[in-house]
Amino acid sequence: MNTNSKAERYMNPYVAGVLLGVVLFASFMLFGHGLGASGGIAQFTAALVDKIWPGHADQNAYLAGLVRTGAPPLDTWLIFEVVGIILGGFVSGLLAGRVKLETYKGPHINNRTRWAYALIGGIIAGFAVRISRGCTSGQALSGGASLSAGSWAFMFAVFGGAYAFAYFVRKLWN
Amino acid sequence: MGPFDMYAILGHVGGALINVLVGMGFGFALERAGFGNSLNLSAQFYFRNMRVLKVMFTAIITAMLLMFWANALGILDYDKIWVNPTYMWPGIVGGFIFGIGFVVGGYCPGTALVSLATLKIDGILFVAGLCIGMFFFGETIDSFRTFWEHSGFLGRLTLQDWLGLSAGAVAFLVTLMALGMFVAAEKTEAYFAKKDAEAKLG
Repeated sequence: MNTNSKAERYMNPYVAGVLLGVVLFASFMLFGHGLGASGGIAQFTAALVDKIWPGHADQNAYLAGLVRTGAPPLDTWLIFEVVGIILGGFVSGLLAGRVKLETYKGPHINNRTRWAYALIGGIIAGFAVRISRGCTSGQALSGGASLSAGSWAFMFAVFGGAYAFAYFVRKLWN
Repeated sequence: MGPFDMYAILGHVGGALINVLVGMGFGFALERAGFGNSLNLSAQFYFRNMRVLKVMFTAIITAMLLMFWANALGILDYDKIWVNPTYMWPGIVGGFIFGIGFVVGGYCPGTALVSLATLKIDGILFVAGLCIGMFFFGETIDSFRTFWEHSGFLGRLTLQDWLGLSAGAVAFLVTLMALGMFVAAEKTEAYFAKKDAEAKLG
């Protein structure tokens, strides 16, 4: 066993891409739309805020739209998809022996620094993803495959933002 | 002829079950690809490991070509599938900020979910951050609502409409571009692997 054994068990990226593409096509065929991740997280956030801060979700200009639809905010296809993503990720991780409580981080920072930046990065991405109405799944992958002009603009902007900012956080990863 | 609506055909519970299965396929593929690991994702932005680009563009051209052929064979009606409406400026501005969140936090929403599923603490915290960020968005959206709803709004705009080309020509060009990017990605990785090896020796 060498230290690379873990990385070697990841699937060839082109094979994984074909697998992902077939799933994406199946979603279009069976439901008429592509895949999504951030939408389900938004529904979950709306339900959570409604639970821990009763009445406030209605005051939140974005979450209000998600809790006022009449149906419970957790009873939507977006939530079912998120449940599926978590289950599928878990099954794959289990088969590969990767389900383990741990932290992935660059070699020169400690866990606490990594945790802080993971949370901050999530906050930035969560705010941004509502501006763009979708993430790398709902916009880049799904809109990319269905050839939406706006989704392609989004995709290049994501790479642009990440490459432009990568230099400033290089110590986190290298 | 597709697209079908599994909720209409199988009812709410049946549709939801198929939906969970499709989600499982998605999560499985992401985890297999190595995307439950923030190091595999962030390496993209330092040119060390370009898995993100390879997986993403392979998936896009696979699904795109399957849809194109299905449409040509009369199995799927492209005009009836959901094409994300174009809100040009919110997409570009949001995408740019999203990219910053991506390289700072090491994940995007879908990959953070599979990281969470395999108990990675950084993935769990990224998901928590997403919830907080979305909450903040709702608290502040009224201050830039005009921008969000109207700036560069073009509705269902496809690349073929925008370029004035046929869908087939666009599918061909996108495939060609992706293949070019794969070649460039392989060359870039090889270049940096060599450079890093030399730096280690020197």
